[in-house]
This record gives sequence, C-alpha cells and structure tokens, in this order.
Amino acid sequence: MAETINRKLTPAGLPGRRGKISSEKPGNALRVFGRIFTYLGDQKLSMFVIILLLLVNTLATLSGSYLLRPTINKYIIPHDIAGLINMIAVLLALYIMGSVASMIQNRMMITVAQRTIHKIRTDLFCRIQSLPLQFFDSHSHGELMSRFTNDLDNLSDSLNTGITQILSSFLTLTGILFMMLYISPLLTIVTLVIVPFMLWVAGRIINKSKTYFSAQQGALGALDGYVEEMIRGQKVVKVFCYEKNALDDFEVLNKDLRDKATHAQLYSGVMMPVIQNLNTINFALTAAVGGIIAIVKGLDIGGLAAFLQYSRQFGRPVNEISNQYNSLQAALAGAERIFQIMDEIPEKPDEPQAESLQKINGDVEFRQVSFGYSPANPVLKKISVMAKAGQKIAIVGSTGAGKTTIMNLLPRFYDISEGQIFIDGINIVNIKRDDLRKSIAVVFQDTHLFTSTVMENIRYGRLEATDQEVISAAQLSGADSFIKRLPKGYLTILESDGGNLSQGQRQLLNIARATIARPSILILDEATSSIDTRTEIIIQKGIDQLMKNRTSFVIAHRLSTVRNADEIIVLEHGQIIERGNHEFLLQLKGRYYQLYSAQFD
Amino acid sequence: MKSYFPFLSNYRKAIYLAPLLVIVDVICEIVQPELMSKIVDVGVKQKSLPYILHIGMIMLILSLIAIAANVGNVYFSSRTSVGFAAELRKGIFTKIQTFSFSNLDKFGSASLVTRLTNDVNILQDLVMMMLRLLIRAPLMLLFAVFFAIRINAGLAIIIAIAIPLLSLSIYFLLHRGLPYFEKMQAKLDIVTRVIQENLINVRVVKSFVRENYENKQFDLASGDLRAMAVKASGIVVLIMPVMQLVMNISIVAIIWFGGVEIISGHFQVGQLMSFITYITQILMSLMMLAMSIMTFSRAGASSKRILEVLNQQPDILDSDEAILKNRQPQKGKIEFRKVYFKYQEQSPEFVLKDISFTASPGETIAIIGSTGSSKSTLVQLIPRLYEVTGGQILIDGADIREYTLENLRNRVALVLQKNELFSGTIAQNLRWGNPQATQEQIMTAAKIAQAHEFIMSLPEKYESVLGQNGVNVSGGQKQRLCIARSLLKNPLILILDDSTSALDIQTEANVRAALKSNSNPPTMLIIAQRISSIRSADRILLLENGEINGIGTHEELIHGNKIYQEIYHSQQLV
Ligand SMILES: Nc1ncnc2c1ncn2[C@@H]1O[C@H](COP(=O)(O)OP(=O)(O)OP(=O)(O)O)[C@@H](O)[C@H]1O
Ligand SMILES: Nc1ncnc2c1ncn2[C@@H]1O[C@H](COP(=O)(O)OP(=O)(O)OP(=O)(O)O)[C@@H](O)[C@H]1O
Ligand SMILES: [Mg+2]
Ligand SMILES: [Mg+2]
Repeated sequence: MAETINRKLTPAGLPGRRGKISSEKPGNALRVFGRIFTYLGDQKLSMFVIILLLLVNTLATLSGSYLLRPTINKYIIPHDIAGLINMIAVLLALYIMGSVASMIQNRMMITVAQRTIHKIRTDLFCRIQSLPLQFFDSHSHGELMSRFTNDLDNLSDSLNTGITQILSSFLTLTGILFMMLYISPLLTIVTLVIVPFMLWVAGRIINKSKTYFSAQQGALGALDGYVEEMIRGQKVVKVFCYEKNALDDFEVLNKDLRDKATHAQLYSGVMMPVIQNLNTINFALTAAVGGIIAIVKGLDIGGLAAFLQYSRQFGRPVNEISNQYNSLQAALAGAERIFQIMDEIPEKPDEPQAESLQKINGDVEFRQVSFGYSPANPVLKKISVMAKAGQKIAIVGSTGAGKTTIMNLLPRFYDISEGQIFIDGINIVNIKRDDLRKSIAVVFQDTHLFTSTVMENIRYGRLEATDQEVISAAQLSGADSFIKRLPKGYLTILESDGGNLSQGQRQLLNIARATIARPSILILDEATSSIDTRTEIIIQKGIDQLMKNRTSFVIAHRLSTVRNADEIIVLEHGQIIERGNHEFLLQLKGRYYQLYSAQFD
Repeated sequence: MKSYFPFLSNYRKAIYLAPLLVIVDVICEIVQPELMSKIVDVGVKQKSLPYILHIGMIMLILSLIAIAANVGNVYFSSRTSVGFAAELRKGIFTKIQTFSFSNLDKFGSASLVTRLTNDVNILQDLVMMMLRLLIRAPLMLLFAVFFAIRINAGLAIIIAIAIPLLSLSIYFLLHRGLPYFEKMQAKLDIVTRVIQENLINVRVVKSFVRENYENKQFDLASGDLRAMAVKASGIVVLIMPVMQLVMNISIVAIIWFGGVEIISGHFQVGQLMSFITYITQILMSLMMLAMSIMTFSRAGASSKRILEVLNQQPDILDSDEAILKNRQPQKGKIEFRKVYFKYQEQSPEFVLKDISFTASPGETIAIIGSTGSSKSTLVQLIPRLYEVTGGQILIDGADIREYTLENLRNRVALVLQKNELFSGTIAQNLRWGNPQATQEQIMTAAKIAQAHEFIMSLPEKYESVLGQNGVNVSGGQKQRLCIARSLLKNPLILILDDSTSALDIQTEANVRAALKSNSNPPTMLIIAQRISSIRSADRILLLENGEINGIGTHEELIHGNKIYQEIYHSQQLV
C-alpha cells in the first residue's frame, strides 16, 4: 500500500523530492512581509496619498458618528430646528468627503497593488531566466507556473484591498477607543477587559491557519505540476490508454489538496465569527454595566447610547483585522514560495577580467576536458579536440556516448570540472557569457519553437533581421518550400511548440533560426535526423556555403551527413577512440568502419 | 449553473445545513439591537437593575448560540466549497482525458492548466461565499428592514428609496466591470503560456542570449494583465464607497426626519438610536452583498471558461455498438481502404489522399518519404488519434470504429515521433505500457529496446529518477525508453514513427534484430529516413505528398521507382 502511494506521488514532481527548494522556516513571516513592503516602497508617493485619503475617510466616518450625540442632546431634545439643519449640513459634507476620499483611495490602491504584482511577476520571471540549466532539469514546470498564478493571485487579492482595510481598521479602532475614553473611561475599561482574551483566541487560530495555508499552497503547486505535465503529454496518455491511471494519480494529489485546503479554510473561516461573537458578548456586558452606571452615576442617556454605539462599532474593525489578517496568511504563504525562487542562485556572474568579444574567428580547442552532470558519474573523460576556423568537425558514436554533452559545454550551459576550452586562444571562462553565446548557434536535438508566426520564430535567431533575410535563411535551410504551402505562409501561427507541423518541418525551422544568426560557430546536434536525405543535401549545401569561413560541429548518426567533414571524431563512453576523415577512418577498419558496414549488412 | 450540480451532490446535507445555521445566527444577531434599546429605554429609564441584568443574560446566551451556529456553518461551508472544487477539478481532468488531439490543440495546454487550477479556485471562493454570506446578507437585510419598519414606518420610506438606488448603481458598475474579468483571465492564459514556453525552451533562450528579449516580452504580457486587472477591479472596487455614500446619506435623512418627529413628540430618542443601528445593519448586509457580487463577477468569467471545457464534445468516442460487442483485435491485419484525411474541415487540400494497402499479420512494412509527406499522419490514424475524413481503416477485417478505443489502443502500440517521458523513475515510466508488469517483463522489454545496458549503468538502475520529459537522459536513450515502454504493451501492431533516428546504426540494427527474434512478431509499421533501417522490411511504402508513390520490396523499388532511387543514392557514401 505504502509502495503504491509512493509510486503514485512521484510523477507529480513533488517539491522537495527532486527540487532543492528549501522548505518553509517558521518566523519568516516578518521577513517576507518586509520584502513585500520594499516593493510597495517604490511607490512612496502613491502610498502616502492613499494613507492620507484613508485618514480622511476614517476621520469623516468617525466624526460623523461622534456628531450624533451633540445632534441629539443639543438640537433634537431642545427642539432647535435651525441648529439641526446646520448639523445635517455638516454631516452631509463629512460623509460625502469620506466617500469621495474612499473612492479615490480604492482606485489608487488597485493601481498600486497591480503595479506591485506586475513588478514581482516580472522580477520572478527575470530571476528564473537567469537560473542555470540544472535548475530547470530538476523542477517541474507546472509547479513553477503555479507560483506565478496561484501564489501571486493570493498576494494580489491581499494587496488590492487587504492592506488598506487593515490600515483603516486600525485607524478606526484607535478613533473609536479615543471616543469611548472621552465619553466614559470607566466603561471603556469594561469594554477592553475582554480584549486580551480575544487576542489570545485570534493568535491560536492564526497559528493553525498559517500552517495549513502553507501546506495548501504546496499541495496546489504539486497538483499544478502534475496537471501540466500530463496535459502536455496528453498524446502519450492517449496512445497508452493511460487515462484511468492518470486519473488515479491525479486523485491522490487532488485529495491531498482538498484535505489541506479544507483545514486552511476551516481555520481561517472560524476566525471572523468567533471574534465577532466574542465582541457581541462584550457588547452585552457593556450594555448591562453601562445601564447600571447610568442608573447609579447618572450618565446621560445620549451618552450611553453613543457609547454603546461605539462599543458596537468596536467589533467591526477587530473583525476586519482578524479576517484580513487571515487572507494575509494565504498571501504570505504564496509570497514565501515566490521569494524562495527569487533566492535561487543564478548562473555564475562573469569573471571580473572577462573579455568582451565582438567578433571571433572560430578557432576552438577542447583541452583535456572532463565533465559529469554529477561528480559521481563522469560522462566525458579527457576530451581534446582542435577545430580551426572554417573547419567542419563531425562527432559520431553510440547513443549516450556524450556527444550532446560536449556541445553543451561550449556555450557554458554547464561548467566543466577539469580541463579547459579555448575559443581563439582565450579560455571561455574569461569571455563574457553573453558574448560567448551570441557567437555560437546551436540546433538542439529536441526541437523548440514558440507560439507565434513562422516569420517571428526564424527571426528569433537575429531580432533585427528583415523579412527578406528571414526568407533567404529559410531558403538556405530548405524550409521555404513547405512554409510557402502553409495556409498563411510565413504568417502562419505555430501552435505550441510547432504542434501543427511535421517533425522534420520543425527541424527545418530550427535550422533556419540558427543560420539567420550568422554565428561564428554552428552546432548541429542531430539537426537533420528526421529530415529526408534528399532535402538534407539541399540544407547541407546551404550550410556549407554559409559556414565557409566559420567553424561548425555536426553530430549525426547518418554517416551520409558527416562524410565530408574535415575531421570525424568517434566518441565511445565519453572518450575519443578514433579521429580522422572519412577515408582514413574507413581504412582504419575500427569502430567507424563497423558503423559504416552496419549500413549495408 | 445546472452543470455544477453533479459536483455538489456529495454535499447535499451540508448545503442545507449551512444556510440553516446562518439563519440561527442571523436571528441571534438581529435581536441584539432591540435588546440594547430595551436596556436604555426601559432599564435605565425605570432604573431597574434586575431588568438590565436579565436582558444582559439573554444577550450573552444568544451570543454563545451564535458562535456555535457560526462554527458549524464554517465547517459545512469549508467542506462543501473545498470538496466541490476537488470534484470539479476531477471532472475537468476526466473530461480532458476524453479529448481527442484536435480538442487538445484547440485549448492549448497552458490554458487548460489555468482553467483547472486558477479558475476552479475562483469558483471555490464563490461557493464558500454563497454558503456563508449569500443567505446571511439578504436575511439580515430583511430582518433589519422589518424591524426598522416596525419602529417607524414613515422613516422606512427612506430605505425604500435607498435600496433601489443602490441596486441600480451596483448593477451599473458590474455591468461595466464584468467583461473585464473575462479579458483578465484570457490575459492570464497568455502570461501562463509565455512562462510555460520559456521553461520548455530554456535552452533556446539561453543559447541565443534572449533573456532580455524574453523579459521584455513577458513584461508586455504581464503589463497587459495588469492593465486588465486594474480595469476590472478598479470598477468593482467602487461599489463599496458608493454604497457607503448612499447609506450615510440615508442616515442623515433619518436624523433629519427622525429629529423633526422627535421634536414634534411622535418619536423617542432610543428609537431613533435603534433605527440608526438597523440602518447600519442594512449597510453591513449590503456590503456583504456587494462583496458577494464582486466574487460573482469574477467567478462568472471563470465559470464560462470551465464550462467551455466541460461542454466540449470529444471528437472521437466509442460507438454504442462497439461497447456492446466489445470486439478485440486478434491477428493484427491492417487494411487501408481509400483513406482520405485532413486536419481541418476547412482546409482545401487533403493531407492524405487515396491511401490503400494491406499489411498481413506479422508483416513488417516500412514507410519512407520526404519531410511533410504525411507519414506520421498516416500511422496516427490507426489507433484513431485522428478520425479519417474519408475511406476506411480495418483491423482484422473490422472497421477500427467497431472497436472500443481502449481495446484498439491496447493492442496497437505507437511510438510517437516526438515522444514524452514523465518525471518519475525509469520503472514507473516503463510501466505506462503495462501497470501490472513484473520486474522481469520490464527488463525483457528494455533488453529488446537495447535500453537495459545503459539503465544498468545508472547508479540507481531502474529506479533512477527522470526529470520532466526525460531531460537527464540522452536523445537516443529517451527513444529506447519509449520503445521499451511500448513493447510492454505486448502489442499486436507495433508502429515506430521515426523512433530510432537518434540511435546509432549498430544499436538500431540490434533493436530490429531483437524485435524480429520474437516467436510471434507483431505486425510492424516502421517509419524511417535511413535506407539501412528499412531495407530488410517485407515491403516498403513510399509516400510523396500524401499519396502512395510506390510499394514493394527494396529490390523492386530500387529498380522501378525513381524517387526511391534518388533517396538511395543520396545516402551512398562514395
Ligand atoms: N496537428 C496538425 N494540424 C495541422 N496540420 C498538421 C498537423 N500535423 C501535421 N500537419 C501537416 O500535415 C503534413 C504532414 O505531416 P506529417 O507529420 O504527417 O509529416 P511526416 O511525413 O511525418 O513528416 P516528417 O518526416 O517530417 O515527420 C505536414 O505538411 C504538416 O504541416
Ligand atoms: N541533464 C543531464 N543530467 C544528468 N545526466 C545527463 C544529462 N544529460 C545527459 N545525461 C547523461 O549523460 C550521458 C551522455 O549523454 P549525451 O546526451 O551527451 O549523449 P549523446 O551522445 O548525445 O547520445 P544520443 O546520441 O543518444 O543523443 C548519458 O548517459 C545521459 O544519461
Ligand atoms: Mg545527443
Ligand atoms: Mg513525422
């Protein structure tokens, strides 16, 4: 049983299982709070005005209810109509002022809140962009996406109305307290007797709900992770009739979320009514004691009425605060998860002495390079390769030999543990990373496209390329003929990752995108594996012409793709076992010859 | 609305109980001001201590009852709303599982994910609020109005004017705000999509140094979302102050008219106070209503998006007859009869035209053809991933539509050209082919696919954990895992769509030999670009522009087919 649950939970990419995101530490709330406020701090002026308007509104409302007493005592009871009219005018003015202030303040707060959310969202995105590839290898996409949607949404709700409401509640509370003290200090003390008890109850509830909110957001993230992966892999699910199993796995996560969410909602929901009714009890107490005082000490009726009015009002801001504080918990739980990602360590910054390279020649040298994705598992062992500018180097070898890995090292997707790589004689560690990557174009083994037009997808290689240049790049890489037959030609919108194209067509676009970049070094990693060999010949002519004085690396299993390379490197288990050109290797009668003959067995 | 009833059916009792408890609570709360005014008007005026204490006790007891009722209400409404959300998510996920490829293409995965989580959360909030506030607010309103009228029917006219005025202004604001919420969710979809694409394409972004460009793009998408959120919330958030204004003016009006009445001796000060209390209560309940309405307005947009998914008709379904007969493919004979196909109804050209051929049980047919010649399309029709536009495909003499999808797909293993692995261990991934597979069976399949050796070289062997979509294995390793996964199905028909393109020739030959060595080999369709991969097939089918250009053995085609000759020569190593 335990085994099956375990089995079921893993595909979801539960955080903590593969991810290295640290789990929440208690006592962080204040720090998270502080960080949110730094974001708000960027809009000091707006915040200042908002608080000012808040003050106006609160004061207007408060003095409105305060004026009730003089109105009754001074004008209504003595039958002073003229005075009453005056008072009415004052009240009207106050209330209108309050409402207008509240309107402006609400709108401003929305603007400020959304600006803040936008800032956090883009900051989070930028930070993710700067993280090293290892991070992406080990985190589920859906779980990360969940931080942008669900977690940020909680924060957004809270910022929209929560913060101002808490502020205004505090203001109201202070105001009311002040008024109560003014009318009857004795009664005020009676009213406040219950407050410590209220705070204690609130504290207990908040503690609980906070834990459950964190758990809820985590469970939601896990579910998002699972759902994203399954929906994106729906085609495989279909092919394997895996629907029922997927549903079962989904249910495990769904139930987990349900249980945690129920607890979170329960505890946060209980807060308001409990506090509210404690307050009513308090009110009953005050009313009784007030009545007694009125009898014994002769407090005027108007005074008692006003006091009771206040003590009733006292409950509302307390309520509000407790209620908002709770949704703030949800927001904090979300914010915490967002800041966790922001605290991930980005790709190592450039060395201070790193050179900026505008134009490189394309001499590449691997010198005794060793590398492993994890230290325990070396993938490449002492690889040395020399490529002169203008040469075409081919890498062949069994699958899993480390071909892709070698090429991942050149643009510094991963940093090597041993040996050096030089471009034009400069160690790549000493080249600005952006410059390095800009001079290299890679066509990856997996095709990747964006949801936008064919034109934009190719232009991605060089943003300032003209339409004409895009078209000639497409012609060069043999993509033009199929693009022209698409419903809207170059303006056809590609569905997610090129879903409406054939695999070979996607590869053609990937090649076109790389060629338009006019790189000094071009890496083709199985770039034509799904393209038929007749089309491939066209592409090859194009690329050879383009790369005339530049360096290219070609990884391929089809020997027809690599035969005209200047040097062919045969890689086996992370080591170079043979090197030389096609004829030489055939004569060698080694591994290459073996692969060659396998074609005609 | 009705579409959601099934998801609430488990919580019927709670749905009745929650409002009932609300009613109890409201009654407790509503009589409190009445009691208070009694303390002032009767107790204090008559200087009767016992009376004051008596009323005080009643107030206390009522509060305790209210607490109990409230906690009960929160319990039921949390359980119901959260449970509803869980059921709804399950419903949507189940629905998505029935979608055909074209249904999926229509929504896009990022949008489906937001609908399934974000939109459902919004509905959860709505249900929660309905159970807690929706009954409460009108009830409070009703009571408060009732008591107010009882105190002074004349003054209540003010309420009669205020409420419609308020409703009108709320309606007006909502009417303007609502459409923005829909647009906002659509913008959220775009933001999610940009994030998803950047996560998937991170290598491309990094290699072209497009981080700044992407950041800018994201900034635009996020800015759009922000603008829409400001528009939507900016309007709705005005409801509160407007309400405050109307109600406060009503209070002033009451003081005026009430004051005049007191002056003329028809009205009591205590009564005026209670009247104002009731007015405040009316204000409070209207606030609650407004909050509910705000939630409603947002939920309306989300609900629409969810219903779009729930009401989407899956294109490809089992026919009743197929379910009744429960027919199983037995031998693995495939026959295409004049098959035509296109992806969209409206596109002028067919992607596949007039395809007819037969594959006998155990036969291996290779399919070759240039990029975009519809090879993948052709094989995807066999397990009914797409439905033929014209003609028929038969397996063992019966149209594929006469089998249930499950029976059909369980016996037809298709290794997709762009394959996906899932995060989890290797063994878990392979078990997709057969959840009950023993370790033995898994290893046999992995051996045939030539994956066993590399799996064993991993530190944790079959228990090694793969990243999302197998990021931590090489291209060829991924392909072999996918083949092994399909083999575990023990299929009658095995289709390899360019599934060995990332394998070196030697390994590929080994896979082929291992497949052949099976005592009872499946019918195989193999798509490949390398002549070496296909020359040993029983027959080769050459596709060109969606039509069959030639069919025959390697020897026959090399002599009789011009295109095949060209392909052959393009692969010769001089
Ligand atoms: N989901 C889709 N929606 C619309 N058109 C599509 C879709 N998938 C493929 N096509 C189009 O149908 C044609 C045939 O595509 P298909 O994937 O069958 O080609 P293929 O022969 O497998 O090519 P390749 O060798 O490149 O894999 C192509 O022109 C392609 O653009
Ligand atoms: N991101 C990664 N994390 C951990 N291990 C990896 C990662 N990528 C690849 N490996 C491992 O490194 C080894 C070499 O992989 P690589 O992708 O370089 O092979 P390859 O020669 O390109 O093979 P193929 O021809 O199949 O693409 C493999 O054993 C693979 O499992
Ligand atoms: Mg590779
Ligand atoms: Mg294909």
